[in-house]
Amino acid sequence: MSEPIVELRRAVKEYVLGALRVTALRGIDLRIGAGEYAVVMGASGSGKSTLLNLLGCLDHLSSGDYLLGGQSVANLSDAELSEIRSRRIGFIFQSYNLIPQLNVLENIEVPLFYQGVHEAEARDRAQALAARMGLSDRLRHKPMELSGGQQQRVAIARSLVCDPILMLADEPTGNLDSKTGHEILELIDELHAEGKTIVMVTHDDDIAHRAQRVVRFLDGQIVSNERNGAARP
Amino acid sequence: MRPERMVKLAVKNLGQYKLRAGLTMLGIIFGVCSVVAMLSVGEGANREIQEKIQRLGSKNILLKSVKVPQEEGDNASSRRMLARYGLTYVDAEELSRDVPNLVASTPMKILRFDVQYKARRLQTDVVATTPWYLRVQNHRMVRGRFLAGADMEFGSPVCVVGSRLARILFAGYDPIGQTLSIDGDAYTVVGVVGDIAQGEVATSNELWLEGENQNVYIPLRTYLQKRGDLFAQWSQGGSTFEQVELHELILTIDHQENVVRAVDAVRRVLKKNHAKEDFSVVVPLELIRQARETRRLFNIVLGSIAAISLIVGGIGIMNIMLATVSERTREIGIRRALGARRRDIVLQFLTETLILSISGGVVGLLFGALIPMAITALTGVKTVLTFPAFAIAFLVSVTVSVVFGIYPARRAALMDPIEALRHE
Repeated sequence: MSEPIVELRRAVKEYVLGALRVTALRGIDLRIGAGEYAVVMGASGSGKSTLLNLLGCLDHLSSGDYLLGGQSVANLSDAELSEIRSRRIGFIFQSYNLIPQLNVLENIEVPLFYQGVHEAEARDRAQALAARMGLSDRLRHKPMELSGGQQQRVAIARSLVCDPILMLADEPTGNLDSKTGHEILELIDELHAEGKTIVMVTHDDDIAHRAQRVVRFLDGQIVSNERNGAARP
Repeated sequence: MRPERMVKLAVKNLGQYKLRAGLTMLGIIFGVCSVVAMLSVGEGANREIQEKIQRLGSKNILLKSVKVPQEEGDNASSRRMLARYGLTYVDAEELSRDVPNLVASTPMKILRFDVQYKARRLQTDVVATTPWYLRVQNHRMVRGRFLAGADMEFGSPVCVVGSRLARILFAGYDPIGQTLSIDGDAYTVVGVVGDIAQGEVATSNELWLEGENQNVYIPLRTYLQKRGDLFAQWSQGGSTFEQVELHELILTIDHQENVVRAVDAVRRVLKKNHAKEDFSVVVPLELIRQARETRRLFNIVLGSIAAISLIVGGIGIMNIMLATVSERTREIGIRRALGARRRDIVLQFLTETLILSISGGVVGLLFGALIPMAITALTGVKTVLTFPAFAIAFLVSVTVSVVFGIYPARRAALMDPIEALRHE
């Protein structure tokens, strides 16, 4: 296995909900290598969303350690985690999560401005990515004026704009019809082929076949973590 | 995020809620307006006081003769045709001797006479006085000279006319050297005197002399030689005679700080010489103090009102920003996931607040400049626009907005990004 991008060591995540203590992750170990395409599956409440939030540095572990690209992020401050999110992680959401008042280009540029990238450079990079996503004739459109598939393409472009080491996708095809969903999955396959490390949460077994690795969750624990024979080597 | 980008973004975000942003700005506009208007009115009042200080002289004490109503008891005397009252030459002499730090004493007789030049005739105040008058009253000469010591000595029949009277009476002629008839006596015009505040109409409830620009000034000595102290007054179907030696006496003291002591001496002397209170003592310095005190109260009241309206504006801003923050919870979550630090979120919302308040402030300043003009046009109250008034109003409004904007911005920044992302 190549150098791991993601390495979780006995990761525990607990929530306090009123008087109730909920354990979402019960001490899991997980390694995902550079360039790997992993799918996380499990029923709702199994801890897979918690895992994705932790991998995306949106949340802190209760105990255990998380190394992202070899660097421990378990004890970083909020500002440092923000910095990591902006430079190293690309998010793709089920509901696209574009900012409604911004047009396509501006949406793609958002992460760049939190890194202080100059406007002209940001514009160039956003334009190149939009072109790659086949959105060149939609640059000035607002998200509301786009189809679901187009909105997800904008979101993918936005997640790529900082050239992240880890891409996290949360049911990226959940809101799309099967044909459009298929196109988006093709696009993700393409990114994988280019060497991107991808972690995707999904319910769909068909999607799982595309990945190299399938991690199944149940009650905050990993019940199976196997390489997918059907996937590309 | 780079500042120029931040501003562009804030403008774009505000553009989503144009009506809301406009209404919020109104609060700031009214606040700034009222502060500017308040300070302008206050400054106007201040300038007016300053001018009056100059005109009356803060080192002067003004004494006036006052006609006392006849008492019930002496019916017999009330039928007498002669009324004697007021300040006397003896008063003037004793005051000159007994008042400490006295620089000059300027006696005046002020009488209403018909004055005539050729066919033009009108009634005006004739002031019989001494050459010192010019300096004490801070009048300035427009042409020719004022009364001179020699005029007093020889009782010369010369006069100095006020600039306005000169325009009315001598229209088309050079007044200098002309002969003016004052109640039938001939006087030669030797000068034209102008007032400091020319053209200003004094309101009736004020203490200052009005229409000084229409006065005629003649040497006191000359008048006494011609007419003496007796003066016939025509009233209610008959004539009464009045005997007033001096209508006014202006005492000039060397320094402001000695005025209060001098006033005490003045009151002592007059009390000794007068059985009835047939005189009044006006101390401009005291008037100025009173006016200042009044103005201070006035400023406190206006200032409180303006402050309240600014605070109301600030609360309006807070209200709107809280609503905006909660509506944009999801956007905040997205931005946080994409790498925005808490600081970036705070700055984003504060920038929006600042843009609202600065643009509201600018519009407020424009209207704030118009309101004092309208006040002056409608009520005649003097207002003065000054740079500090603008600066204070603007800075206060921006400060208030930022203070009230911090809470919503912090609330946005402290949101849990995961919760915010889930928000519908």
